[in-house]
Amino acid sequence: VLSPQVVWDTLGNKQFCSYKIRTKTQGFCRNEYNLTGLCNRSSCPLANSQYATVREEKGECPALSPHTIGASVPLWGHLAPLLFPPGRCYLYMKTIERAPFPSRLWERVLLSKNYEKALEEIDENLIYWPRFIRHKCKQRFTKITQYLIRIRKLTLKRQRKIVPLSRKIERREKRREEKALIAAQLDNAIEKELLERLKQDTYGDIYNFPIHAFDKALQQQDEGSESESDVEKEEEEDEDKEETDEREFVEADDSDISDFEDMDKLETSSEEEQEDEEETEKKAHSKSKGKTPLKGPTRRKRPHLEIEYEKETEPAAKSKAS
Amino acid sequence: GGAGAERGAEPPAPERVLFPPTFSVSEIKNKQRRHFMFVRWKQQQRKEKLALRKKRRKEREALGDKAPPKAVPKTIENQRVYDETTVDPNDEEVAFDEATDEFAPYFNRQTVPKILITTSDRPRGRTVRFCEQLSTVIPNSHVYYRRGLALKRIIPQCIARDFTDLIVINEDRKIPNGLVLSHLPDGPTAHFKMSSVRLRKEIKRKGKQPTEHVPEVILNNFTTRLGHSVGRMFASLFPHDPQFIGRQVATFHNQRDYIFFRFHRYIFKSEKKVGIQELGPRFTLKLRSLQKGTFDSKFGEYEWVHKRREMDTSRRKFHL
Repeated sequence: VLSPQVVWDTLGNKQFCSYKIRTKTQGFCRNEYNLTGLCNRSSCPLANSQYATVREEKGECPALSPHTIGASVPLWGHLAPLLFPPGRCYLYMKTIERAPFPSRLWERVLLSKNYEKALEEIDENLIYWPRFIRHKCKQRFTKITQYLIRIRKLTLKRQRKIVPLSRKIERREKRREEKALIAAQLDNAIEKELLERLKQDTYGDIYNFPIHAFDKALQQQDEGSESESDVEKEEEEDEDKEETDEREFVEADDSDISDFEDMDKLETSSEEEQEDEEETEKKAHSKSKGKTPLKGPTRRKRPHLEIEYEKETEPAAKSKAS
Repeated sequence: GGAGAERGAEPPAPERVLFPPTFSVSEIKNKQRRHFMFVRWKQQQRKEKLALRKKRRKEREALGDKAPPKAVPKTIENQRVYDETTVDPNDEEVAFDEATDEFAPYFNRQTVPKILITTSDRPRGRTVRFCEQLSTVIPNSHVYYRRGLALKRIIPQCIARDFTDLIVINEDRKIPNGLVLSHLPDGPTAHFKMSSVRLRKEIKRKGKQPTEHVPEVILNNFTTRLGHSVGRMFASLFPHDPQFIGRQVATFHNQRDYIFFRFHRYIFKSEKKVGIQELGPRFTLKLRSLQKGTFDSKFGEYEWVHKRREMDTSRRKFHL
């Protein structure tokens, strides 16, 4: 025989109530029969002997009714909520007469599916009840119907499927991807493929590297006569250096010289070319396609030439500079 | 005291160190001493290794021609479990299949690829930018904003408007993480997991935007039947005749079931040297499933699905 006032003074207001959750500004009530969700003197279902709420319960599932037991029901998929249609709303009421009978305490009334009719039903059942409770019941009912409508609309749309990730698997795959990247050596692979395509002439006449064919021919020649070529090479080099020296003195186009030089001195210059080109690659990625800018070897040989043929080249260099 | 004296006595003779047979460096309780012994042990190991190597080299030189060939180090690629579906280049059955599958019209030059790129719902900035960059890489592609439409409704509309391919980039937590590639007139649908996406500004290079030229395509390492079909899917995204003036190349490189996509501009410096410069986005893909028809997750017929428990048991087994 606890009067509601006493209940509120002890539980609700001062001492511990297991349904109460406090935040800095406000208290909430976790009781399932609470009308507003806040912890107030007028909304506490424990501290009011005359109280009412609106709650929604799951509707009856049509597929699982006793008539259709044999049918296979897809319980997965995003249409599962349709099997348990959200919602029939009930009005729960508690009166002081039934306070000593806790099992019969809450009386429930099924509200009609029609919104206006349901509101009238609430009014009918809660006639002569305090204004606060009537108003809040109707508000709660409105909110419930709104969110039920929204649920029904959303289930018809596409729903995101959430797939659980396993951390171990993710970490493993990330690691394996890194290792695969290192093993792939992408730049090298791409370069090799492009050079292959160049060799197989897929580019046609766009790039003129006439050296290509001469390269092969000269390689074949030299395989035949290895021993003699060393001495001959040196002589050739000297001769060519003299020739180029004279040409530089006269000074025609650099590109012509480079072409001539290539055809004559392929073996010796190929390594030097590669070294120089690596340097130039690092310096600038030039986008001008076209003839091989073989200024590297010529540049490198000029200091050599200057050292050997001091008498002849110095005046030439000076005249160019000035 | 004792430790210092010991240390003073031992360094003069580090060459010939004899440990009692059951001695283990880790059993010394004193940390300084233990560390010292460990360092010495390590040095000894290194010396032994060097000596062994020298000896082997001398032996090889001594033998000259009769020396056994150098041992090839084992790599994962070497040790790969032989896949029975590996395609033999002369296989007639495979050639016949490829002549009659869904990509035949593309490879016979009857259709020109037209690609629709879209995302999942409500894409964030990064995904949007990635889509734009992807559409500059793939010629004749269009980006459309997905307004919460179901894919099943989009697909008939695409077919009606003559699109040949559909790319859907799935996004999670503001980063793109999945790719669905669907060949449209009821072609196969491939679902990939996408990782390490780098946009253009995140790539370290100093270059310009890719031009409108049709790029070349490089497909590396697609060896099995499955790999072949995936490779053909990628090839069918790009028009058949690349414009070599553009000097752009798109690469799909498969390594251990990870497909790396790169987009480069190349220049031939000589006939033996080529320089490449990376433009364009880069990402890696991992195939998750290949479906026979167009996108249909519930009732589709799956040609291949990645089943972790069955397929990830061996470290040397790859499927692409």
